[in-house]
Order: sequence, then C-alpha cells, then structure tokens
Amino acid sequence: MNHDQALALVQEAITEIVPDADFTEIGPDTDYRQALELDSLDFLNLVERLSERTGCRLDEDDYPRLGTLEGAATLLAERA
Amino acid sequence: MPALGADMTEGTLLEWLVHPGDQVRKGDIVAVVDTAKAAIEVECFENGTVDRLLVEPGTTMPVGASLAVIGPARPATQTSEPSVPVTSPLVRHLAEESGVDLATVHGTGPGGRITRADVNAEPPSAAPLRTPPAETDTTKPPDTPRVRPEKPPTPPARPGTGDGATRVRATPLAKRLAVEAGIDLAAVAGTGTGGAVRALDVKAALAAALPSAATARPAAATGRHETMRRAVGDLMARSKREIPHYYLSTTVDLGAAIGWLHERNRELPVAERLVPTALLLKAAALAAREVPQLNGFWTDDHFTAAPAVHLGVAVALRGGGLVAPAIHDATDLTLPELMARLRDLVSRARSGRLHRSETTDPTITVTNLGDQGVEAVLGVIYPPQVALVGLGRVVERPWAVDGLLGIRPVVTATLSADHRASDGATGARYLAALDRLLQKPEEL
Repeated sequence: MNHDQALALVQEAITEIVPDADFTEIGPDTDYRQALELDSLDFLNLVERLSERTGCRLDEDDYPRLGTLEGAATLLAERA
Repeated sequence: MPALGADMTEGTLLEWLVHPGDQVRKGDIVAVVDTAKAAIEVECFENGTVDRLLVEPGTTMPVGASLAVIGPARPATQTSEPSVPVTSPLVRHLAEESGVDLATVHGTGPGGRITRADVNAEPPSAAPLRTPPAETDTTKPPDTPRVRPEKPPTPPARPGTGDGATRVRATPLAKRLAVEAGIDLAAVAGTGTGGAVRALDVKAALAAALPSAATARPAAATGRHETMRRAVGDLMARSKREIPHYYLSTTVDLGAAIGWLHERNRELPVAERLVPTALLLKAAALAAREVPQLNGFWTDDHFTAAPAVHLGVAVALRGGGLVAPAIHDATDLTLPELMARLRDLVSRARSGRLHRSETTDPTITVTNLGDQGVEAVLGVIYPPQVALVGLGRVVERPWAVDGLLGIRPVVTATLSADHRASDGATGARYLAALDRLLQKPEEL
C-alpha cells in the first residue's frame, strides 16, 4: 500500500465515524482526535477498522503515531 | 406516553412495531418515541393483545396520554401455527428489516425465545427454509426488562384512523428519512408488505442517488439541535435552582491501572481492548455501592437509596447536546462486559436509539470529559439523582511515591453532590473509595 492509498483509507474510516468530517480543515500534522472530537471509544473504533482493512497489527504503542493523518498514513504504508 | 426522563413533557410517536391483534408481553418493545433528545424504544407494560392503536405515527402527545389499548391475552389456541417460534415485536421487526426468516433462527432466549442477538447472528436468507422450532435453552437467565410500575393505558377516545388511499404506503421512519433527504417517496420502490416503502428502501434509494457519499445518517441532527438545547437547559436550570450542590475533588494516581491495562491490551486484538474509561466507570460504580447515600433519588423531600447501581454515562452527541443513559447493574459486569455495553450504549445514543429504561433508570451519573482535553470537570447533577462524578483527562505528572519523585499518569476525579441528601464527609468517602479501587485494577 502506498502513502496515498493509506491516507485515503484513513480518511474513509474517519468519515464513517464522523460523517461530516471536513479534511480541508485538518492539516497532515493536526491532532484530528481533538479537531473532530473523537473520544477514546471512537478512536478504538477507528483503530479496529484500520487494522481490519489493512490486516496490520496495531498496538497501543502505535496510537500516538496514528493520531495525525500523516502519521497514520506513513505507519500503514510501512506495514501494509 | 411514558415519561422517558425527568425532563420530558411530551413525545412524538415515530413508529409502531406492533399491529392490532398482535400478542404482546410485558417488556416487549412496541413503539419508538421521539423525545427532545433521542428516539427511544418503548416497551409494553402488560401482557395482552393489541386491541387498537390510538395514535398515528408523527403525532405528538403529552406524557400520560394513551397510545394504544391492550386487551386481555387471548388464550393460546391449538390453531396457532406450531412451527413459528416465540418472538417479541422488536425481533420480528428486526428480522423483517434484515431479511431474516425467523423460522430458521435458533432461539437462545428463555423458552427458545428468539432474541435480537440471534437475529443479528443470522445471515439474511434468500430462500427461507422451515425448520422445527429451536430446542429450549434454559441455561440463560431470562432477559427480563426492568419495568417501573406505571399506569397501564386506559381505553378512552377514538379508535385508530384509516389511511388515505392515495398516499404512498411507507413506514414512519421511511417517511422521515425521505423528508430529511428530500426524496419523493413515490419514486422509491417499496419492498415491505403490500409494496410499502421501508427505511431500508429509502436508504437504498439515497445510496443509489449519491454513489460516492458516505452512509447516510438517519438521525435528525440538525432539527433536533434546538429542542435538545432547550431540554438540556431546562433540566440543568432546574438542577441548579433546586439542588444545593457541593463539590469535592481529588487527584488519583492511575499508574497501576494504566500499567495493568496496557499489559492486558498488548495481548488482545483491537476489538477486545479496554479503554481507561471502562476501568474508571467500573470503579465509579463499585464506589457508589459502597456509599449508598449517593446512589439513588431525591423525590418528595427525601432521599431513597437505589437497590442497584445503574450508572448513567454522559455521552456527548455530534452536533451538540448530550444524553446520559444507564449501564444497568454496572457493579456486576466484568470489564469486558462493561466495555461492550459502553460501546453499544454510546453508538446507540449517537444514532438515536435508546431504550426507555436506559433513559429513566440512572441512579448516579459519570461525566468523562477527559477525551476533550480538560483536567477537571465539576458537573451539574441530573435530578432526581443526588450525585455526579466528573472525570478529567489522564495526564502524566510528577508524583511523589515513597519519598521519590516519579512521573505517573493521574486523573482528577470530582464529585458534585446534593447537600440535602449527603454531607461533604460522605462525598469524601466516595472519592476515597474510588481512589482505593483504582489501585487494584485486577480486582475490578
């Protein structure tokens, strides 16, 4: 999976949780959890979706990197 | 029209899940009612047969008004089809919506009753297969819904009205969805009985119209915003007017709890991981059991302790507003159970489908604003409850342990309590219990 595909996947999964998410407002290094008011359950839900779709193992230690679009896309592109 | 919360004065009937002639049992979900805050499933308060439905979907009625007439139960006759398993109206509805043939479902409820979970576990069957009724499974405890004594509907007024013949036949939810999406119902192919348009059909039509759009959100988020604001405002104003609040605060070392959680989650797939909130909620429930003076209701100038802890959880809704439905008997749930209930509750609260008992039963409420980045929250009590627990963000702080300074994750836990029902010393015992419980996460 390349970086762009990974980014699209992340955005799609976020949109399923926050249907009106506006990605023009969210920079690559923005903490989107804060910006979109995702709580810990939403975030777990997101990690679950990403893990299922990429087949990658995502541990709690990866959570900080998953917290920005750029970080998440890079991480998924590395692993999947 | 039952009162679905202290702040409710009227409700709009959204959808009937039963028809005249249907047998209903106490606890069956029979209707969906829209309140200022959410669509709530309402159960029946008696056993019997639905005689008449008095109110058309879409009608707003004051609390206490009659919605339907339930006659005496018809004796089970030998003519009734023996191969049809016992189901509740909600289950039948769910099965119809998801295209599951109930005759093929193995019931795991008491007496072979088919539960919602059974239907959900079933793949939709294209060619219905008839099988003999499921064998009785008596190992499961009966899932008796909590029912407060409530006035049974009395038979007054006019019988139900007839439908206009020229109207497109559609379920109320389908109508509402169509109105919100600006879709003409006449243009939607109905797959319900007699070609009636169902919610699924509208969603399918929507998806076809907007192939790239994400799944449509059914909740009337925008229209609800104003009524929600008012409902929250009225209840909180009443709380601040009537309840003499006192506030306590303490900082709890979560080193043990977070460490234990991290260790445990390391071995688990994402779906089974716990979030710190689950631990905090369990501890909050157990502490409430230890300090019963804070768990219950203030009504008619006196406090009544509740026999169980039904933990209200404040859930922020997207687009504003909040609801605080209950996790029933939270003290008796294992952490994975509590986590599952929490996820289910939050998702249903946000999609707008809560059960009546969830909105009326909380005995003490927890508000957790930690995910939004604040360190402490001093909340407003939900009347007629007498206490509200506030949890802030888990933050790393320098912390002295055994004469040494270390960095530990800590959380600020607060208590807002009703001074009519308890004093500060009682409240202090609650926070002390919470702290103590969180030091032994493996016992939660």
